[in-house]
Amino acid sequence: MSRFLKVICAASVLAAPALAQEKLGLGRAALPDEIAAWDVDVLPDGRGLPEGRGDVLTGEEIFAESCASCHGDFAEGVDNWPVLAGGFDTLGDKDPVKTVGSYWPRLSTLWDYVHRSMPFGAAQTLSDDEVYAITAYILYSNDLVDEDFELSHENFAEFEMYNANGFIIDDRPETEYTLWRDEPCMENCKDSVEITMRASVLNVTPDEETDDGTDEASAAGAVETPGTTGTTDVPGPDPELVAAGEKVFRKCKACHMVGDGAKNRSGPHLNGVIGRVFGTVEGFKYSKGFVAAAEEGRIWDAASMAEFLAKPKAYMKGTKMGFAGLKKDDDIAAILAYLQSLDG
Amino acid sequence: MDDLFKSTTSRRAFLRGSAAAVAGSVAGTAAMAGDGDPLITEVQDWASLTGVGVDEVPYGLPIRFEADVVRRNVEWLTASPISSINFTPIHALDGTITPQGCAFERHHSGAIELSKQDYRLMINGLVDQPLVFSYEDLERFPRENHVYFCECAANTGMEWAGAQLNGVQFTHGMIHNMEYTGVPLRSLLNEAGLGAAGDLSDKWIYVEGADASSNGRSIPMEKALDDVLVAFKANGEALRMEHGYPVRLVVPGWEGNMWIKWLRRIEVSDMAVESREETSKYTDLLEDGTARKWTWVMDAKSVITQPSPQSPISHGPGPIVISGLAWSGHGRITRVDVSRDGGMTWETARLGKQGDAKALTRFYLDTEWDGGEMLLQARAMDETGYVQPTKDQLRALRGENSVYHNNCIQTWHVKTNGEAENVEVS
Repeated sequence: MSRFLKVICAASVLAAPALAQEKLGLGRAALPDEIAAWDVDVLPDGRGLPEGRGDVLTGEEIFAESCASCHGDFAEGVDNWPVLAGGFDTLGDKDPVKTVGSYWPRLSTLWDYVHRSMPFGAAQTLSDDEVYAITAYILYSNDLVDEDFELSHENFAEFEMYNANGFIIDDRPETEYTLWRDEPCMENCKDSVEITMRASVLNVTPDEETDDGTDEASAAGAVETPGTTGTTDVPGPDPELVAAGEKVFRKCKACHMVGDGAKNRSGPHLNGVIGRVFGTVEGFKYSKGFVAAAEEGRIWDAASMAEFLAKPKAYMKGTKMGFAGLKKDDDIAAILAYLQSLDG
Repeated sequence: MDDLFKSTTSRRAFLRGSAAAVAGSVAGTAAMAGDGDPLITEVQDWASLTGVGVDEVPYGLPIRFEADVVRRNVEWLTASPISSINFTPIHALDGTITPQGCAFERHHSGAIELSKQDYRLMINGLVDQPLVFSYEDLERFPRENHVYFCECAANTGMEWAGAQLNGVQFTHGMIHNMEYTGVPLRSLLNEAGLGAAGDLSDKWIYVEGADASSNGRSIPMEKALDDVLVAFKANGEALRMEHGYPVRLVVPGWEGNMWIKWLRRIEVSDMAVESREETSKYTDLLEDGTARKWTWVMDAKSVITQPSPQSPISHGPGPIVISGLAWSGHGRITRVDVSRDGGMTWETARLGKQGDAKALTRFYLDTEWDGGEMLLQARAMDETGYVQPTKDQLRALRGENSVYHNNCIQTWHVKTNGEAENVEVS
């Protein structure tokens, strides 16, 4: 901090231009309701927190419902999604585990981020009390509080995170810039040079051929080959449409898996979804609407799926799917073709 | 219309494999032996039939032969492409300006569609009068044009522990360089009035986006009043959706995460918010387990883009242009040196033109290739006298787990067949 303050004083840029410049009278006054709606950030000292409370056990339930599909029941992380718990005293190790417990310096950051940006795909849908409860549960999953702990606006400021003192302000000006400013060597800089590591050994670079979309035609062609299995009379979905649908499906991939070994994530897997009874994928916790539809035996067909995808929340009130819906009919048609191409 | 111009070669096919160089020289010798090149001696379709009319392509994309010059992502890096990053194909570009259509993207909750009509920008906090601006309002402030690079702090972040990704697009492609049109942030802050903030020397602004991730960062007031732009055009046209249409923040020389897209709110405050993106992310873990925070500036850096693993040498020995990019968040690039022997000897490259401060500078080494192996490196210096460090120098001070701000000297091993590989050297 001190570094840029010195610069400020030296250049005295601060007061002069900002205050001297004439106002243009543009914009309008922000109304209190508008400021309240958008200004929801929480400062490290707790300013900005709304009144509210939530305990660990309540938080555990909400976490299982809203967070666990990515972060795991115990905040241990699923696939590549962030691990939220554990990793204490590993920050100096070869493979440090940076979690809320082991790394995050401020409790305000946790509350603020869950409140504003989570759950992924349905941000800003949690109530203040739910956010307190989830925050309490994440602390519990890190063994930082007991299971009867309740977090509220009243005890929030008292809580100190494990790694609160683990950060220093950028010291590159002192530790690096002073070192790396000598006139550089131009000749005889080393006696010899040897290759010590090669990228090809790891072989983790993406293959460009399959990545750049130029092979779409042949990819679409490949879809036609399953017709050789016998029942060639039944026309499958249009391969071009299937290929287009696969692209649109990128919007869905964060939450829905398809293909071999597909598991449930934030959303149920979608293998064979067309023709399946609503809300019946094993192991997935559906919203009430889908549970009721399952009891009625409603079946996903092209029409119902198209309607759902256009406006998910209007079609199925209370659905957990955070997706806003597909605006283009072409996209819906393409994704239907793609879903139909997936075996159960 | 595609039928008119049937091409049997693409640049990629041409470059593919070590046979490419041979094929090129065969075409040359055939002509010299007396059999004229049919591309010259025979009338080609394009020289006889008609081409595409002006009414067919209202907004043009690159010709299909350049279809491989595209952004690419690395699937294993992140859990979902919705919260992920892709990479600019810098191996295939020249000059300094990055076309918007292939400029890298980084989203935390996907790119959103936000129209100018629906756009609102709020300024609140320690200001005399909290204000709301429409998009139209912003265009009524005096505006400026500046070229700046935007580099993700994690650029080259996968290379800390060793040579990993075999392509400059992947090792250095989290960068783009555009000419922005926008309003200085200080003009907007002045409009709201900073009298209420009192002494500005310890004040901050907090800026956040309108998307679901609500990406937010704290910026010290000094920077906010210096060169930060509220931009709505890039390279002469509207920002692309993926870069924050209709309005993004431009924070010259500082890490890309602070360049808030779909900018919706600026709050003047008396402390840093310490949001998720400035605590759990974008902090640099050191070897002893402590971490640096507020490492905003992108230090001087350079890399050779041609030749490189995705852009091998496609000709035999003789004249060659070795080219690359250099940049510094501290100001102008003053010099770039190139080594062909892994850092034993260096020669100073020619700057394409003197780059702007905090913008990409193109450099060229116009030289001869003897057909032998090379260990190519580039080393940048900026106007502060800072010299780009080696990877070992960086690791000695920071360890291998910083993730961010890796501005090390990069090495490409060029083989006798012209192919190149990402390596580390002693």
